[in-house]
Amino acid sequence: MQRNALYTILFATAVCIVCAIVVSSAAVSLKPAQDINAALEKQRNVLLAAGLLEADEKVDAAEAQRRFENIRMVVVNLETGEENPDIDAASFDQVRAAKDPETSSVAPANRALVQRLPDNVLVYKVLGDDGVEGVVLPVQGYGLWSTMYGFFALESDWDTVRGITFYQHGETPGLGGEIDNPKWKARWPGRKTFSEDGEPKIRVIKGLAGPPAEDPYHVDGLSGATLTSNGVTNLLHFWLGEEALGPYLAKLSQGRAI
Amino acid sequence: MASKTQEALVDPLFNENPIALQVLGICSALAVTTRMDTSLVMSIAVICVLTLSNVFVSLLRNSIPTNIRIIVQLTIIASLVIVTDQILKAYLWDISKQLSVFVGLIITNCIIMGRAEAYAMANPPGMSLLDGIGNGLGYALILMITAFLREFFGSGTLFGKQILPLVSEGGWYNPNGMMLYSPAAFFIIGFLIWGLRVWKPDQVEED
Repeated sequence: MQRNALYTILFATAVCIVCAIVVSSAAVSLKPAQDINAALEKQRNVLLAAGLLEADEKVDAAEAQRRFENIRMVVVNLETGEENPDIDAASFDQVRAAKDPETSSVAPANRALVQRLPDNVLVYKVLGDDGVEGVVLPVQGYGLWSTMYGFFALESDWDTVRGITFYQHGETPGLGGEIDNPKWKARWPGRKTFSEDGEPKIRVIKGLAGPPAEDPYHVDGLSGATLTSNGVTNLLHFWLGEEALGPYLAKLSQGRAI
Repeated sequence: MASKTQEALVDPLFNENPIALQVLGICSALAVTTRMDTSLVMSIAVICVLTLSNVFVSLLRNSIPTNIRIIVQLTIIASLVIVTDQILKAYLWDISKQLSVFVGLIITNCIIMGRAEAYAMANPPGMSLLDGIGNGLGYALILMITAFLREFFGSGTLFGKQILPLVSEGGWYNPNGMMLYSPAAFFIIGFLIWGLRVWKPDQVEED
């Protein structure tokens, strides 16, 4: 149907307004339910990294909450490497803190392409019968397409890997997206993180790595996903390094030495 | 009228199947068919989007200016897809995580724009509704058959339930890993198209 230009413009505007209203009201009204899902997902991933939940184990929200009682959340100041008791860990929102200029700073140039570094981060301590058994650290960094958000857990020698998971990323399904593959994640526990002089040494290599006892610092690469694999290495090196959680981990191991 | 109604609803299942005859919507058919539950949710999502987009486009068909009709159709389809994606994220979190980008990619599924342009622009809303359901079911049919074969032979499960006991768990079935890769979907859909054309020779294209 041929119409004049004014009609066309008005029609297009009307369609856009109606569609915009429909889309935004759906997004706003469904946000609370989605936020609950996202929070549960994050909790599940902390448990997975901590080794308190098996990869193929399905648990409901109540059971996840019960296991989460073995986890103590602490807020850690990155600059001092000390735990910061002034901030309530339960309500601390690290993502928001990283965006707010008051509570964050521009990150030093880094290969994980982290832009802003929050002053404080949320760390999860795994409690066992004999005190702290391990620690789950937040990590994030750029892969091929997207920022990958995840957790990296260490045993209480602050060197042996306990687990790794990613709870949010936009890598290619089937290639880089295989960072979600439980079989790949199972290659991590038991490997070592730091070299003798305290630098992060663990890395994802191209091809196959040996068993943890023989080849402790290498993890199998994901085939067809070199940039995602490198991204994982980069983000671990950044977050475990001097500029982020390095000082905290150093304090933890000193505390143990004493 | 009865025959025309039936035509709109049933033809897309075998006679004019969007995947098998028109070879549209292959991308998602390869991606989501490793498991039946993801395929089912994907099929339902496509049926909903396709039906609603057909109805809305058909309602507006006499007022849409010809020169911007494609972008208007796309706007309607994109809005419906975003709403669907949001609903899945709110109520079917696990499955929506597995479907990842493919729900969003329904926007580019040629079946939906194809039906809007070829059918809904020329037919009243009631018939367009049936056409949408019919084509959605045609897509769902191929998806579910492919997913059944891939999940059954690839993992020995159906809807995640173990049917064939796996060797790795002390059973006798050694799963066919190739079924879980995308090429398997190509082969299965290829065989389905072959079978369909043997059954209905008029679908064979002339050289």
